Amino acid sequence: MERKLRILIAKPGLDGHDRGAKVIARALRDAGMEVIYTGLRQTPEQIVNAALQEDVDAIGVSILSGAHMTLLPKIVNLAREKGLDDVLIFCGGIIPDEDIPKLKAAGVAEVFTPGTSTEETIRFLQEHVRPRIPR
Amino acid sequence: MKVTDKLEEAEKRWEENVLKPTLKRMPERYERFTTVSLTPIKRLYTPNDIPDFDYERDLGFPGQYPYTRGIHATGYRGKLWTMRQFAGFGSAEDTNKRFKYLLSQGQDGLSVAFDLPTLMGLDSDHPTSEGEVGKCGVAISSLEDMEQLFEGIPLEKVTTSMTINAPASVIFAMYLAVAEKQGADWKKISGTLQNDILKEYIAQKEWIYPPRPSMRLITDIFAFCSKHVPRWNTISISGYHIREAGSTALQELAFTLRNGIEYVQSAMDAGLEVDDFAPRLSFFFNSHNDFFEEIAKFRAARRIWAKVMRERFGAKNERSWMLRCHAQTAGCTLTAQQPYNNVVRVAIQALAAILGGTNSLHTNSLDETLALPSEHAVLIALRTQQIIAAESGVINTVDPLAGSYFVEKLTNDMEKGAFEYFDRIDAMGGMIAAIEAGFPQREIQEAAYEFQKALERKEKIMVGVNEYVIEEEQKVPLLQIDESVERLQRERLAALRRKRNNEKVHQTLDALKQGAAGTANTMPLILDCVKAYATLGEICDTLKEVFGTYEEPMF
Repeated sequence: MERKLRILIAKPGLDGHDRGAKVIARALRDAGMEVIYTGLRQTPEQIVNAALQEDVDAIGVSILSGAHMTLLPKIVNLAREKGLDDVLIFCGGIIPDEDIPKLKAAGVAEVFTPGTSTEETIRFLQEHVRPRIPR
Repeated sequence: MKVTDKLEEAEKRWEENVLKPTLKRMPERYERFTTVSLTPIKRLYTPNDIPDFDYERDLGFPGQYPYTRGIHATGYRGKLWTMRQFAGFGSAEDTNKRFKYLLSQGQDGLSVAFDLPTLMGLDSDHPTSEGEVGKCGVAISSLEDMEQLFEGIPLEKVTTSMTINAPASVIFAMYLAVAEKQGADWKKISGTLQNDILKEYIAQKEWIYPPRPSMRLITDIFAFCSKHVPRWNTISISGYHIREAGSTALQELAFTLRNGIEYVQSAMDAGLEVDDFAPRLSFFFNSHNDFFEEIAKFRAARRIWAKVMRERFGAKNERSWMLRCHAQTAGCTLTAQQPYNNVVRVAIQALAAILGGTNSLHTNSLDETLALPSEHAVLIALRTQQIIAAESGVINTVDPLAGSYFVEKLTNDMEKGAFEYFDRIDAMGGMIAAIEAGFPQREIQEAAYEFQKALERKEKIMVGVNEYVIEEEQKVPLLQIDESVERLQRERLAALRRKRNNEKVHQTLDALKQGAAGTANTMPLILDCVKAYATLGEICDTLKEVFGTYEEPMF
């Protein structure tokens, strides 16, 4: 039997607005995934370490503060440095259209902007993420 | 036979003879009609819904207990609400320019938005500030920045609201120091400090210290202002953020007023006389989409607070009974899709706040789901308020919706529901205990998730998001924050640290540390620190050494 998808929902930066992170965590759980939520104000290092320890298949990053261009590339690079090449990284939050191609070029698989339904995110993960062989 | 019995019979006859055939011919469009808070709403409201209605007891006259109809006898005929647009971005110079622009366009008061590092008590050059400096508001790390922020703005003439919580004492001390330098009399300056830490633990989550020392910092401000800055609103007890985090209207009302009770109790426990500080308490509510539910919320808030202050706390001064509030239209209702539609949403929400009797209002800008507002978007938002005031006629009479069966029923239900929440929270041992147990946080999370599910089932419609969708590209011109702000702030702080008298900085910080460890009022000590140009980060770190920091329990 395939194991359940394991997803880390992460909240980097100083922003405390966690409504989106918590709603998506709950929706992914209700869709049968295992979800680990990091809690607030995690550094990129803490997020990548949590991803390693929890052996997750994907990392979802929630950012509303405008610091996405600083924080997301850091998380992607650190994850790759630590050998998490097959861990998909996606993000949600207030991201201006013109930053989306830049984030994708930096290695972010998908960017979900305000108004996205949880179903859309769930479908994306089901289509693009496979349970990894446990390390 | 009572009048209501007669009416009930009449209503039954109507249901039988008129309603039933209509429903047969044309069924209603939904099985259930609900507010945005998912509260069911009946088809029709009649006197049967408010059978015990007593005009003098429930409403009274405006400017009189229980203030359901407002705190001013003349409503908006004497004085309009204060039009106050929240603003702040980039450096102190950038925001100073925006302030001067807003004042030149007829805005009455200032309202400062600080960036995330400032809100968290961190200097712009702290490692975790990277990428956040000047993004969500203006960066203020020292008195030097504050002097720049209010350069050329006479603080005795404008009123200033400052959205700052965990480090409120420090930012307030900087403001007082600037006022002093300008030669303004502290007894004459006025404004509002948000200073509401409880809603941070519940909803917005920008905290530094644990709840109990945070409450002490707040009561220190109450005590300091009652003596030295008597016209200052020492706290703005806020439901706005609770609502934005996904609560219902009732939860917003109940948790906010229960937080108010906690502040009053804690100040009285610290030895203050209720009537010495209660008249300077103020409130801040959200004005959301559901028009009548919002109006009822504002009216109920005033009635509940008056009862709480008089009956629960024994306040004697009428000003202690009056709930004065600011309102802001609901940011979470704005859509990134078809953003010009937001102008319409904001107008409806603003009208609800005004019909609810708000004393001050911020209208959101159409581009705020995408970025901080541009000057053009802010101007439309301000003009929206001016159009309601000048053109709609709603200001001609006081509380025009009073006596509506529907509005009075909703107002009664809001009051009843809030007192039920108070009982539950009292039984838990008060709001701090409830927060530590995660009660309000869980209630809000649950409501947020229910609303999201209702959206996805299309039981609730957001125009342009889950209905009336079109393919489009963002075409709104957005405000860009110059990346050089962060670098310039770092350079400015480095220069400040070199040129100030560092011995004096250490002396004042040590004195603060000792005072905080004891029972001294922290405000005068913090004032000494900021006048010596100790930075926000240095002062907050000193207090962290004494108070520790807060870690959120996981729910």
